[in-house]
Amino acid sequence: MTAVDDHPALEIGKARRRKEDQRLLTGRTRWTDNIQLPGMLHLAMVRSPFAHARITSVDTSVATQAPGVIGVFTGSDLDGQGLIANAWPLNEEQKTPDHLPVAVDHVACAGEIVAVVAARSAAAARDAAELVDVDYEELPAVLDAREALTDAVLVHPELGTNRSAFWQLDSAEAGTGGDVEAAITTARAEGILIEREYRQQRLVPAFMEPRSTVVDPTGEQIVMWTATQIPHILRFLIAATTGISEAKVRVIAPDVGGGFGGKLQTTPEEFATLAVARRTGRPCKYTETRSETMVSCHHGRDQWQTLTLAATKDGTVTGLKVDLLADLGAYVAILGGGVPVLGAWMFNAIYKFPAYQFNCQTVLTNKTWVDAYRGAGRPEATYAIERLMDELAAEVGVDPLVIREKNWITHEEFPFTSVAGMTYDSGNYEAATARARELFGYDELRAEQRRRREGGDTVQLGIGVSTFTEMCGLAPSRILGALNYGAGGWEHASIRMLATGKVEVLSGATPHGQGHETAWSQIVADRLGVAFEDIEVLQGDTQIVSRGLDTYGSRSLVIGGEALVKAADRVIEKARHVAAHLLEASADDLRFSAGQFTVAGTDKGISIGDVANAAWRGHNLFDGAEPSLDSDATFDADTFSFPHGTHLCAMEVDTETGATRMRKYVAVDDIGTIINPLIVEGQEHGGILQGVAQALWEEAEFDDSGTLVTGSFVDYTLPTAADTINFVTDNTVTPATTNTLGTKGVGEAGCIASTPAVVNAVVDALRHLGINDIQMPLTPQRVWKAVQSAGTDPGGPSQEAQPHFAEGALNQDPSAGATDGAAQ
Amino acid sequence: MTRVHVTVDGVQYSDDIEPRMLLVHYLREVVGKVGTVIGCDTSNCGACTVHLDGASVKSCNVLAVQADGHEVTTIEGIAVDGELHPMQQAFHEHHALQCGYCTPGMIMQALDLVRENPTPSEEEIRLGLEGNLCRCTGYQNIVKAVAACASTMETSTTARPERSAAR
Repeated sequence: MTAVDDHPALEIGKARRRKEDQRLLTGRTRWTDNIQLPGMLHLAMVRSPFAHARITSVDTSVATQAPGVIGVFTGSDLDGQGLIANAWPLNEEQKTPDHLPVAVDHVACAGEIVAVVAARSAAAARDAAELVDVDYEELPAVLDAREALTDAVLVHPELGTNRSAFWQLDSAEAGTGGDVEAAITTARAEGILIEREYRQQRLVPAFMEPRSTVVDPTGEQIVMWTATQIPHILRFLIAATTGISEAKVRVIAPDVGGGFGGKLQTTPEEFATLAVARRTGRPCKYTETRSETMVSCHHGRDQWQTLTLAATKDGTVTGLKVDLLADLGAYVAILGGGVPVLGAWMFNAIYKFPAYQFNCQTVLTNKTWVDAYRGAGRPEATYAIERLMDELAAEVGVDPLVIREKNWITHEEFPFTSVAGMTYDSGNYEAATARARELFGYDELRAEQRRRREGGDTVQLGIGVSTFTEMCGLAPSRILGALNYGAGGWEHASIRMLATGKVEVLSGATPHGQGHETAWSQIVADRLGVAFEDIEVLQGDTQIVSRGLDTYGSRSLVIGGEALVKAADRVIEKARHVAAHLLEASADDLRFSAGQFTVAGTDKGISIGDVANAAWRGHNLFDGAEPSLDSDATFDADTFSFPHGTHLCAMEVDTETGATRMRKYVAVDDIGTIINPLIVEGQEHGGILQGVAQALWEEAEFDDSGTLVTGSFVDYTLPTAADTINFVTDNTVTPATTNTLGTKGVGEAGCIASTPAVVNAVVDALRHLGINDIQMPLTPQRVWKAVQSAGTDPGGPSQEAQPHFAEGALNQDPSAGATDGAAQ
Repeated sequence: MTRVHVTVDGVQYSDDIEPRMLLVHYLREVVGKVGTVIGCDTSNCGACTVHLDGASVKSCNVLAVQADGHEVTTIEGIAVDGELHPMQQAFHEHHALQCGYCTPGMIMQALDLVRENPTPSEEEIRLGLEGNLCRCTGYQNIVKAVAACASTMETSTTARPERSAAR
């Protein structure tokens, strides 16, 4: 018997306006920085200006005497301050430096906290922070990942090396495919070999709400409010690294203003605030300035990708070899090297590659540490393969869509086990691509491109293709275990049937802008047959939702949503027996649909709300009945889900100025069953623009001494409304077969797909000039330089054998005719 | 300390403050108008946008003493008796917010935009919102909401008093 005999989808699929909006629109939001407690102290951090230094002394005497100051604390003053943990060591051999919240004698990147000032106002704390006198012995810093490999300068001398870990996936060894070296040898002799080095620049997540933490140490239980994606994981790590009993720590993520992975971290600031609150016995608040966010919030991406794609002359791919150098920054963050390794299963993307090898070397440098940023490993992989497929199409001389069609998994071939060993349950790349072509007006734009090219127009048009897939629903616990990850990947939900007919839904997935209250209400409304308005969602508080693994990796819906379904089904099963008693029928004769239990063959029935009320009163239950319908469920997936889609981008490139202008962008995503199309559309818009921003505008840059020069929104150029256009979005639907709702996840899709679509379009506009790459971000200066250098070398790389990457530096080397280099 | 008299969302306040205090800190920390938020320290993000005598300002870029004798309207002062302002309603209808952090500033700027230009084109909306950053929405639904609101609303940027009595 299924719990729900029939559940009409009245809510699922409906463009419900969000329940969250009312408070956000009227300024009645509970941001952490809004919280004020009696006697609360305000903290300011003293941060290292040096990328690498020994702390020789910290003189706090003047600061301590400043007006309003209650105390100034150095790292050595804060015993039991805890540790910033790495939850995903890639292997037993991984080198993982200790990471103290407040440094004691050594700083490995600029922005590290060396002292904390506690004062009666935020202004007094900040004023006094200027008075803390720190003596540093500056040490040589290593900032370039490739230079770090030489170990000439060590980020953490006690480790003896900057190399943190090496991780490999080889299809021949794993039995999932052939030998990639053999494929390369064959292609070199008689086929096509595409060899490239691509740079994934460093990015800043740049959520809009700066991080803030309030800790109340009064009372028996310590309460921490914090702007985090991961309250449950934070509670665990506070307990695990400070020795405070887990039951005596309550972490609350109130309204959180965006994260994009940037708030998937247990931060030094959180631990420092906790330590000072415990030390002073008073509530403490720390809210960072944006300039502090830029340098102290973990950064994203930062990889060098060395890639070899082997193919036959007709463009059938025979093998792919990936060598990643992943810059971790100064410490191994909570996911650390796990983020680039998530790319291991995605470089092969939607294609049937017979042989594959993925190698990842992680390395420490004296820069801000690196962790997940929207997409986390998958955008990097998607960028590489989608750029390579365009290069292969150019080499073969066919349309980029043709080369993809030649190599992709056809819809009849699902389920399909990839060369990386992942089984894709469902998908239809042909359908998404056909729909995208149609919406884009592909043939017309190609015709316009030809006209402009033949006419020698100074503004050229390029078309970029990105046919992507990704893996969502982080993550099946057993797979995480096999990967040496420190936790599971399940999610928890509870449903409480209240006496008034209202339903409380508790979810361990913690939102930071996604719209969980709305989507969860839709799912539970359909499952239980109660009104959307009667459902209240509670979340983001470890005391209210005792179990949870929080929100990242597009997991909330595919894992957390399924937990809701299971909890709802348990409610219905409990209710069925109570209803049977009340209706004087056998439970087996009851049918449940749209919130009503009915007795087959009669007109007798009762609503689940009435059953809940009867259970609450407990007056008339069967012998031995438990007077409650409330139910919990924890869901753990067997595998990931695999959304996919086809994104098409048209870019105009002014060959005289290097300026680029987006002409049209079409995204057709297959994310399985859609719960709320409005929320989906919003995720796609935002994701696409973040990916476009990587392609065109954003880069975290350090100067030679390790100072972040893009240290504010003046220099780190987020796109504005005036920089972008309206995207055309649509969906094809092939439901996932790995969860009952058929959902696949959408949080990161746009950001994964759009970066290569944009770069492919710009390169496509300039390919006839002999340009086959420009390093991101594609600023007008870089595009202009590429055009200029191509003009002096009309032969161009695309008309000759591709230069082997090992013979020189990056293929963006100006002397090779493409762009200026990494120093830009 | 300097004494200021500022009308915020229709209510008069008199406070002694440090002359260096920014208007946004005055609103948040002294008056308690925490609906207005801080997103940066370089006046780039616009999250703290409010109206000063009916025109939008970034309240991180105004000293509280400069507001002495003036009227400030925040996001908390535009809905009346629990009924959303048409611009707030348009943001809701068109899903023009996700995390909502930029929303107060974005709405206050949008109101100023349609006050100055009641029939803005898409390009004019995009340019008019250029000083307000959003990381979630890609701006698409914000632009849509502002356009929809502009076409329906009679714009009034005068503060609607939430309470008549001064405090």
